[in-house]
Amino acid sequence: MAYAVPHPRLSVLSTSSLPQSAADHSSPTNSSTRFSLASAPSLSTTLVTSSKPAQRPNIYDRNLNKTRLTEVSASAFAFLFSEIVQYTQKCVSGINDLERRLNTLGYRIGTRVLELMLYRQESSSKAPKREIKLLPVLMLIHSQVWKAVFGKPADAIEKSVENADEYMIIDNDPPIERHISVPRDMSQLSCSSFTAGIVEAVLDGLGFPARVTAHNTPTTQHPTRTTILIKLEKMVLEREELLK
Amino acid sequence: MAIYALWVINKAGGLVYQRNFADGLAQLTSNEYLVLAGTLHGIHAITSRLSPTGSSSGAQVIESESFKMTIHLTATGTKFVLLTSLAETTAESVLLKVYEAYADAVMKNPFHTPEMPIRTEGFDLRITSIIGTGHT
Repeated sequence: MAYAVPHPRLSVLSTSSLPQSAADHSSPTNSSTRFSLASAPSLSTTLVTSSKPAQRPNIYDRNLNKTRLTEVSASAFAFLFSEIVQYTQKCVSGINDLERRLNTLGYRIGTRVLELMLYRQESSSKAPKREIKLLPVLMLIHSQVWKAVFGKPADAIEKSVENADEYMIIDNDPPIERHISVPRDMSQLSCSSFTAGIVEAVLDGLGFPARVTAHNTPTTQHPTRTTILIKLEKMVLEREELLK
Repeated sequence: MAIYALWVINKAGGLVYQRNFADGLAQLTSNEYLVLAGTLHGIHAITSRLSPTGSSSGAQVIESESFKMTIHLTATGTKFVLLTSLAETTAESVLLKVYEAYADAVMKNPFHTPEMPIRTEGFDLRITSIIGTGHT
């Protein structure tokens, strides 16, 4: 049981609150346990007459490309994200802790974004490929990942002049922060730590481990401008040298 | 035509937002604003029971000799009140825009506590862009 203990990234948020049994985890495609009506006898009398349980749509059997072009309500997401931040704020002691938690939540999304995005892009291509060089990977995040998650590419990508291992992705108006006003006493907080987590997961998944953080860098024109700072690990740069 | 002030009153009658625009009304202390908002809340509750033609949502416009008070009551009980000059005709549409700004900048902001005073920078900015200096 080498994987008995989940990756620390995935275990930070307690799973004990999820009312799922171990059996559910081992067979995620078995929808009958999830949507079973037998366990809810009070509902079964009304529901069975209208639709049979066997005909219920199963999210795991659905074509992954079906929802590729559909959109999610920005308002619904804004309310959900607002609740996520409020809930997270109740569980933490400081701004750093809050950012770390948001980063962790984003990380869980990023792993899935990468998998789904690559499947949608590469599965139809005749010569599927995987990026192994740093710059194409950063461009992939700047355009493709941003498009898959936010529906638009990021606004800029920059290389740090001071440190060779630092890169920055800049978004002038991050959609997740559009309705958020951070109070003055927490002005250091950037809710885009969530986005930073997504970027970190994508980089990790492609084999470019890095520490990713988010920083507010407002300008008069773009008050919510945010910089996602990527600090690559040493081994990535060493490997880049070898690939040259 | 001028817009003098905007109030937001929560469902318990507390004043959660107050901002003045064009000159023309006497300056009051913050305590006096709270009392006025509470009084308006009570009057509004009474007017909603006075309708001779069945159920009513309460007073919508109160006019005096020098100013007009337009009240927009939301489904959740929050009241948006706009104090304007008598000639002002855009009060209703301004209040609807303010309501939209409130839904966006206040209710979707994780750092706002419902029913508490609104100290949200984004809301201030939106109100400024809707009303400006209050002169139309």
